[in-house]
Amino acid sequence: MWGSNAREAHPIFFHHVLKGIRHGAKLFVVDPRRTSTAEWADTHLPLNVGTDIELALGVARELIVQGLVDRDFISHATTGYAEFEAHAMPWTLERTSEVTGVTVEAIRALAHAYGRAQRAQICWTLGITEHHNAVDNVLSLIHLALLTGHVGREGSGLNPLRGQNNVQGGGDMGALPHKLPGFQDVEDDEIRGRYEALWGATIPPKKGWHLTQMFEAMGRNELRTVLVMGENPAQSEADVGHARQLLEGLDGLVVMDLFLTRTAKMAHVVLPSAAAWVETEGTVTNSERRVQRCRKALDPPGEAKSDVWILAQLARRLGVDLGEPTGEELWDELRLLSPMHRGMSWSRLEANDGLQWPCPDESHPGTPFLHGRLWERPVSGMLAPFTVVQPEGPVDQLTHEYPIRLTTGRRLDEYNTGVQTNQYRNPMRRRETVDVSPGDARALGLAEGDRARITSRRASVTCLVHVDDGLTPGLAFMTYHDADDVDTNLLTIEAIDPKAGTAEFKATAVRIEREGTHGSPSSERPAHA
Amino acid sequence: MISLTIDGRAVTVPEGGTLLDGCRELGIDTPTLCWAKTLTPVNVCRVCVVELEGSRTLVPSCARKAEAGMVVRTDSPRVQASRKGVLELLASSVDTSTAPTLVAFAKRYGADPLRYGPPAPPATDRDARESGHHHVGSGEVADTVHQPMKVDNGLYVRDYGKCITCYKCVEACGTDAQNTFAIAIAGRGFDARVSTEFDVTLDDSACVYCGNCVQVCPTGALMFKSERDARDAGTWDESQQTTTRTICPFCGVGCTLELTVQDNKILRVMSPPEASVTSGNLCVKGRFGVVHVSETP
Repeated sequence: MWGSNAREAHPIFFHHVLKGIRHGAKLFVVDPRRTSTAEWADTHLPLNVGTDIELALGVARELIVQGLVDRDFISHATTGYAEFEAHAMPWTLERTSEVTGVTVEAIRALAHAYGRAQRAQICWTLGITEHHNAVDNVLSLIHLALLTGHVGREGSGLNPLRGQNNVQGGGDMGALPHKLPGFQDVEDDEIRGRYEALWGATIPPKKGWHLTQMFEAMGRNELRTVLVMGENPAQSEADVGHARQLLEGLDGLVVMDLFLTRTAKMAHVVLPSAAAWVETEGTVTNSERRVQRCRKALDPPGEAKSDVWILAQLARRLGVDLGEPTGEELWDELRLLSPMHRGMSWSRLEANDGLQWPCPDESHPGTPFLHGRLWERPVSGMLAPFTVVQPEGPVDQLTHEYPIRLTTGRRLDEYNTGVQTNQYRNPMRRRETVDVSPGDARALGLAEGDRARITSRRASVTCLVHVDDGLTPGLAFMTYHDADDVDTNLLTIEAIDPKAGTAEFKATAVRIEREGTHGSPSSERPAHA
Repeated sequence: MISLTIDGRAVTVPEGGTLLDGCRELGIDTPTLCWAKTLTPVNVCRVCVVELEGSRTLVPSCARKAEAGMVVRTDSPRVQASRKGVLELLASSVDTSTAPTLVAFAKRYGADPLRYGPPAPPATDRDARESGHHHVGSGEVADTVHQPMKVDNGLYVRDYGKCITCYKCVEACGTDAQNTFAIAIAGRGFDARVSTEFDVTLDDSACVYCGNCVQVCPTGALMFKSERDARDAGTWDESQQTTTRTICPFCGVGCTLELTVQDNKILRVMSPPEASVTSGNLCVKGRFGVVHVSETP
């Protein structure tokens, strides 16, 4: 598990991990914090925030020099190995240890266990992807799988754990700026033509903007009207003070949501949505590409309507009649256009425990794992490339003025900005805290329950202190679950991965001080911001 | 495959299969209380016992692995008498008002819950009893496990007067699923009961409120507070309820939720044990955090 606190963020996935541990599997956890996931590890590798690429290079070098790589797989299924080997060679265990803060023994143990295992998986979450070099981080993990052949086989593989119940399904359905439903390329004239023929409409031939680019376009005044569906960017965006300014400056902000979120309160128009997972019929796709049926169990409250109904009404006002399609009708339309969903009839989804794509025809059982083609000789299709990626530390650098690395994440009982989870009678609910190491607490004169001021280059907030002995000195942790109380994302940096568009939520430079005697509001922005 | 004989009929079960698998294969309705497909058998309730040729004692069919050539009887007087006795002891000592399965088994085997006399008044000291402190009763009344219900949080209640000490909750909290170890069996003999360490409240225990213990409880000793409140208020009405399977709205794991809905409100969230993702288990968000769609804060 690399950059993943699945014990809290994906608890039922972690049940499967625990079953593996009970059957003798070894668990290595790479995480700056000693999380409740790390407590289950044979070896915990507490790396310095943002040194994932260096650690992966160190592991790669150890695999190579100890002969733990699968030469046959590398030569048949990959490209670019020679350049990669040369790039990894300077990363001796000692140098890697020095940069990452992980002991030589732990790095060696991970490399040897991974290299010698019959089957091994690397699972990761936002600890890898919420960085300005997210894609490079992911490539670094892929390299380890390519070196050892731990990919494309039952029980071996690369497993990014999805954070939301339909983040995979959103991508499947084409909620991506460069893809049509079924991950078909929008800029391919022939493919786009098929969609245009069925829909009887013209699709813009160029890819659009992802979320981050949309905010940039707002900044350039190129994007003036925004429809927000089920997202709360006024609390969830990095450097959220800046994001709010951009949203406030729009000509038109329309929000579709279950609740009057912070973002909805800023909107010119709010369209109350039904909860898709329990007030409508449809599907979601989970982290293992399993398409699953959502069913209506409740009538939506008041005037709330399904997202599909709202979009159809908007279309009608724009002069297009989409009718009032059912979930099943929309699904069947998808099957006409998306080859990987074609075999998943509505009745098969009803009868089975979901089906994993690709599932090209109705006799196909679904696909439990991908990339098996890399074991075909010769490999059909593209070989898997090694890519030389340069380590780059976090954008928000530690200085004398901002000496502490703040990282963010989730807790077991809460979810994102708390819109859904701040309502149940949760016995574990606690006020938001800044978690600091015992050493830093002593040095800063802070004790459990004190109020501290946390200041980054963008803003300053105050919150209560929790002393966590799972943190190393110099590392602090906060969530943004209770954003109405503590606006954590005022602190975070909008340093964006140019390829993935993800912001560096995991690495903010801050200073933490004991909150003084003069009472001040819980958050404020510096005058220059 | 392993071939054996049950009640004079030949049957085969897969390698590693149990006598219970053989019984079910033949359609022999065999009662179980402490057994669940997703949990390791603990052999404590003894209602599934069968007679095995060559074995001095009756054996628990749920745990006994099938071996080639075994000869098993499930309908012998000895089996019938044993099951009846076990069910009589259970039904006389616990409150079975929310345990329809147990009541049905007792009826089937002709068990008389009043055989040992009227129930003794509820005790208030069960959690304080130590091993060896239990004294033989007068014989006038049937001793019971009755004690006041524990309500120490807003999500689920623990009414151990209904507990048959089947261990399912302990297993679900332990190595079979959740690995949280908030509860264990304390005490010995008739004083044995499910307890947090030193009987602290759940808030002070390791409990993470996943409710996986409630999911497996066969007698309603553990019950969602929403269900218990509705039952106590007399508004729990199964004829007005629907059960719908859908997918949890939180993380990307894709847990199947089975919602019990009445009056457009979610009263209970379970998960089907056969769901490949969950095996019937959920986390606190899926189990309890979904009420945002039906409760007004």
